[in-house]
Amino acid sequence: MQQNIIHLVDISKDYNGTEALKNINLYIRKNEFVTLLGPSGCGKTTTLRIIGGFEEPTSGDLLFNGVKINDLPPYKRRVNTVFQKYALFPHLNVFENVAFGLKIKKIDKKSIAKKVRTILSMVNLAGYEQREIGSLSGGQQQRVAIARALVNEPEVLLLDEPLGALDLKLRQEMQIELKNMQQRLGITFVYVTHDQEEALSMSDTVVVMKEGTIQQIGTPIDIYNEPKNAFVADFIGESNIIDGVMLRDYLVEFAGLQFNCVDHGFAEKEPVDVVVRPEDIQVVAEEESALKGEVKTVTFKGVHYEMLVDSTTFRWKIHSTVMAPVGAKVGLKILPDAIHIMKKVATTK
Amino acid sequence: MKKNWLSYPYLVWVLLFIFLPLLLVLFYSVTTRTEDGIRFTFEHFQRFMEPIYLRVLLRSVKLALISTVICLLLGYPMAMILAGNGFKRKQIMVFLFVVPMWMNFLLRTYAWMTLLERKGLLNTFLSWLGLAPLNLLYTEEAVVLGMVYNFLPFMVLPIYSVLSKIDKSLIEAAEDLGADGVTVFRKVIFPLSLPGVLSGITMVFMPAVTTFVISRLLGGGQFTLIGNLIEQQFLLVGDWNFGSAISMVMMLVILLSIGVMSKYEKENEGSGLF
Ligand SMILES: Nc1ncnc2c1ncn2[C@@H]1O[C@H](COP(=O)(O)OP(=O)(O)OP(=O)(O)O)[C@@H](O)[C@H]1O
Ligand SMILES: [Mg+2]
Repeated sequence: MQQNIIHLVDISKDYNGTEALKNINLYIRKNEFVTLLGPSGCGKTTTLRIIGGFEEPTSGDLLFNGVKINDLPPYKRRVNTVFQKYALFPHLNVFENVAFGLKIKKIDKKSIAKKVRTILSMVNLAGYEQREIGSLSGGQQQRVAIARALVNEPEVLLLDEPLGALDLKLRQEMQIELKNMQQRLGITFVYVTHDQEEALSMSDTVVVMKEGTIQQIGTPIDIYNEPKNAFVADFIGESNIIDGVMLRDYLVEFAGLQFNCVDHGFAEKEPVDVVVRPEDIQVVAEEESALKGEVKTVTFKGVHYEMLVDSTTFRWKIHSTVMAPVGAKVGLKILPDAIHIMKKVATTK
Repeated sequence: MKKNWLSYPYLVWVLLFIFLPLLLVLFYSVTTRTEDGIRFTFEHFQRFMEPIYLRVLLRSVKLALISTVICLLLGYPMAMILAGNGFKRKQIMVFLFVVPMWMNFLLRTYAWMTLLERKGLLNTFLSWLGLAPLNLLYTEEAVVLGMVYNFLPFMVLPIYSVLSKIDKSLIEAAEDLGADGVTVFRKVIFPLSLPGVLSGITMVFMPAVTTFVISRLLGGGQFTLIGNLIEQQFLLVGDWNFGSAISMVMMLVILLSIGVMSKYEKENEGSGLF
């Protein structure tokens, strides 16, 4: 049985009136790769800063290996951070930046040099030891920041959008490299991103946040296939979200039509959000489906086409490898298991 | 080009008010007036090499250095307090700190005289306590006090401005990497504030080494500094040539100190701060 290394119990954070976090409950197991995912301003950085010790929760407890550490100063925590804005020391070169934590721990010079060299080659920066920070590109600085934190082999590594400044290719390389390092070194990662693809591909557990609350916690597959509400569904991958009414178990009405579905357990005539993934809608001949529409735009997206199709009440987003031309009248087919029914949530907005 | 055009008034200004006077001083310092006209000579500089004058130079540098060190020791913590989060109304604190600088420099120094005098405020207070009066005024300490008092803001402000620009996230990063308060200061805050310290040192040392008012008022003429020497030559003795020569020597001292400073700054240039 794995133990919880970090446990956030009912944590709230209030910045003179702005509620950045509202009653967050989250536990993180040892060696887990947990990703906090959510739109800008939802409280991801605040959560990390509380774990790192730079912010005290207004209420609630933070447990580390079962011990409350609410007011333990950052330098006493066995946690390191890769900051969103790198926060590299401008008066030190790359080597000295990476060696900063090791020097404080009074490790002997030879092993410092060795560790720094190893970690720098891991982040593809071998040979950059003597470079000044100001002379590095954004992506290089970001990798120095990763190296500077990782070289200390903390029990928990907090990463605040650590790959934000990298181009797609380097980003994908670094995703794999980070995941490898996490598994090899056995470090618990708490990773912040607003890139859902990154979250899904790297994490053991994804925590979806919105306006200071946790919307859903689950494995990437759970989160993608069983989003708890329309917000999660929309944030994790693209979705068509349309108002509907649950007529009875396994039957839902939306877009003026009735559809069979696999969901049940709702009240009769309960208003719901109906979520359909763009790739789950099939474009067929007009007479083959009761749901009809006209193709408005077609965009080539590399692997698939994205089409926007207007039906009488709704504009559908459809991903398909076959294309229907703009202006074509088509039928849209949605199978029962592609229809996800979600309870309406009262939003604060 | 337009750019050149715009710089012409500045060039004229430089020529009239900086270059020409300097040239004149240089000219006076290497010439002497005899019956049959003006003659080129180094005799004024030779004269300055006499122990009596060298001692003045040495004393000037010594007192200026002492004042600079005291200003640094007092000013750095003050700048840190100003730049810290302790004060809600930081602007007001800085403002209060700057206000005395608007008061006339002479007035401020006279104020100290009345405080330090044999029958001044401090001694009155001492005798009221039943203690013997002290010789406070007309001492080297009084001169240093005057310099520190007058030039302290020139130390505090540049350090304050550099300190308050240090990115808080750097301090957090250092703490994150295991640095306690002292280590954060030693390894991050102080190195990053060095440019401010250097300009503070220059800004205090230069006026301190050239002052003649403070030494005359608070030193009572017993502690002639190089500034007094120059003043005397021009206003009392009327030996403009020797006065100019001393001025040249003093400029050399200042240039030297600036040179040392900028060399030091270059060594720290990697900091990429400016
Ligand atoms: N120091 C602060 N003072 C006041 N409000 C703050 C402070 N830090 C964050 N906030 C507010 O708290 C909320 C959460 O901010 P946070 O930085 O945690 O968001 P985030 O999820 O990291 O966003 P992003 O993806 O843009 O980095 C925001 O509304 C923000 O304005
Ligand atoms: Mg953030």
